[in-house]
Amino acid sequence: MDLNYSAEELAFRDEARAWLAANLPRELKGKVEQNAHLSKEDLLRWHRILAKKGWVAPAWPKEWGGTGWNVVQRYIFEEELGYAGSPPIIPFGVTMCAAVLLQFGSDAQKKRFLPRIYNGDDFWCQGYSEPGSGSDLASLKTKAVRQGDHYIVNGQKIWTTLAHYADWIFCLVRTDTSGKRQDGISFILIDMKTPGITVRPLILMDGAHEVNEVFFDDVKVPAENLVHEEGKGWTVAKYLLGHERMNTGRIGASKRELEKLKEFAKDISEVRFRDRLSRLEVELMALEITNLRFLDRMRRTGQPPGADVSMLKITGTEIQQGLTELFVDALDPAANDEFAVALRKRYLSMRKTTIYAGSNEIQRNIISKMTLGL
Amino acid sequence: MNFDYNEEQQLLADSLRRYLQAQYSFEQRKKVLDGSAEVWAKFVEMGLLALPISPDHGGFGGGAVDLMAIMEAFGEALVVEPYLPTVMASRLIARGASDARKSELLPAVAEGRLRLAFAQTEGGARYDLAAVKCKATRSGDHWLLDGKKKAVLGAPLAGKLVVSARSEDGIGLFLAEKNDIQSYRGIDGMLQGDISFSRAKAERLDGGLPLIEEAIDFGAALICAEGVGAMKSACDATLEYLKTRKQFGVPIGTFQALQHRVVDMFISAEQARSMACLACSKVDQSATPEERKRAVSAAKIRIADAARHVSQEAVQLHGGMGMSEEMKVSHTFRRLTVIAAQFGDADHYLARFAAL
Repeated sequence: MDLNYSAEELAFRDEARAWLAANLPRELKGKVEQNAHLSKEDLLRWHRILAKKGWVAPAWPKEWGGTGWNVVQRYIFEEELGYAGSPPIIPFGVTMCAAVLLQFGSDAQKKRFLPRIYNGDDFWCQGYSEPGSGSDLASLKTKAVRQGDHYIVNGQKIWTTLAHYADWIFCLVRTDTSGKRQDGISFILIDMKTPGITVRPLILMDGAHEVNEVFFDDVKVPAENLVHEEGKGWTVAKYLLGHERMNTGRIGASKRELEKLKEFAKDISEVRFRDRLSRLEVELMALEITNLRFLDRMRRTGQPPGADVSMLKITGTEIQQGLTELFVDALDPAANDEFAVALRKRYLSMRKTTIYAGSNEIQRNIISKMTLGL
Repeated sequence: MNFDYNEEQQLLADSLRRYLQAQYSFEQRKKVLDGSAEVWAKFVEMGLLALPISPDHGGFGGGAVDLMAIMEAFGEALVVEPYLPTVMASRLIARGASDARKSELLPAVAEGRLRLAFAQTEGGARYDLAAVKCKATRSGDHWLLDGKKKAVLGAPLAGKLVVSARSEDGIGLFLAEKNDIQSYRGIDGMLQGDISFSRAKAERLDGGLPLIEEAIDFGAALICAEGVGAMKSACDATLEYLKTRKQFGVPIGTFQALQHRVVDMFISAEQARSMACLACSKVDQSATPEERKRAVSAAKIRIADAARHVSQEAVQLHGGMGMSEEMKVSHTFRRLTVIAAQFGDADHYLARFAAL
């Protein structure tokens, strides 16, 4: 047993850390540190800096621009990104849509979309949830009816993150209502500029505009935008769910937040507060090792992680929320400056983490069924 | 980076598990609660006693990571043999005794001829290692001990004791015989004793409080590993029960209210395992005592919390059966209750963690 990174891994980490220190623009780092709003331009600016370096999509195959790093190196890099205070790489294109195209897309689809995703030419969003279909995703109703060379799409998506920035949306749509409901779902790519699409903001309780409702009203989508076969959308969705779930713990970012919190709260000697802070720090230490144990297993077996990897999402998001909670508690109740307001808003905003990307209850269902066999 | 046991560690743990499953089942364990010569002989034969002893004295020079797999297996089977007390006391002897004493005692431990205990705890001291009232006074070429030690693990079966006591120049360690002992079992079945010293002849060992802290950290890291094994046993038993116990015509494991709770037990146990790995690694290898203390404190906080959580949920999800004497899970509950506080409870280590 050896819990330490190897000399090569440490050298890799140092290289990534040094490069990030030299290339992460100060304004962007400042915004992340102050929990300030990141514009589309901010996100794309950082995306393009990484793309130019060749580091924006490490997990992709080398022929499409991947780095060829192993799972541990990828994890180290992701952690360094978080730790450096970089803006997030929005996952919908690079991580999600690309993973689907690489696995199920036609050659034409790969050639058409992957380079544009890589270079940040297209901004993607994800059309999964619907007003009546949250955790029970297979009940989705947005309909796509084939008419000649096109599908005509009608329906509504909800909680669509950054749809107001997006050039494209990948959607789960219903192409058949006759059989088993999972078999009637298809995976389709839709240009957001197509007539009939309306994006309406949903303002969350922190006052921010991040998610949207997206309405489809007789939207004409070329049939060539279907990914995989018609009726195989559920297979695609399940593949995506099991793919690349190693950074859901967001350990690097939480470590950075913890350091900030410890500095911020250093004058609070109140034992009850210190104990809560210590317990959270311990949980994060444990999660980091648990995460490394998963990586070590993946590296040795060459297999993707099992369903129990859901525990990283559960624990990681609980830690993220715990950090914002302690920040708010550490604030001077009378403070009303910009930083204090941003912290309180962040507390409100981070309640989403245990709900999105498969609520933590759904994650527990997954472990219960797939790992424990209940 | 590598989180696996090496081949030797794994082979030893596997053969120990096979032995415990065959010869130390829950039913068989009830008969050997006072310690079994046969079981001890088997441990010796497997090399468990020689493992932590240095090669100079007939051992293999193993560290905490080497012992971790053994402690996990002990935790799963709820082994009551005084292994850890013997290992901890022999560690103090290896670090503090004269060469002659080491050559006399350590091979005897490795060969199974001698069991030891570390008499450290006193009434009212709680987990404060510096709160030592037991007195040591010099008398010619030896020392005399006066005072009381309480709840000394493994003492009833020990051939010799390492005792912490206060002399004119601070807290020191002494090698002594046990004379006046009152033996009893803890709620977890572990044999222990209250020992009185009255002008008891003793021999001084090198080392004071820092060495005691190191030894307790070593013990705490290993008890974390044992806790991980006991938690695994509690989780597995609970999962099995949820799959077999039927109510309302269905296995109770089909109820989501229970599914989520058992998932949280497994997550707790995995987080605890990660911290046990950290603690054992750091007691073997740390740049500074602070680094070691930080890791052990954090680990013991997490293991204490997880031990409470997992054991309480295991009993709750077993319903009335979880309360019954005849079910192993109620004994695992007792062991985990003791492990949560052994060498310091969560509050104790929270205070130390915050102070570092």
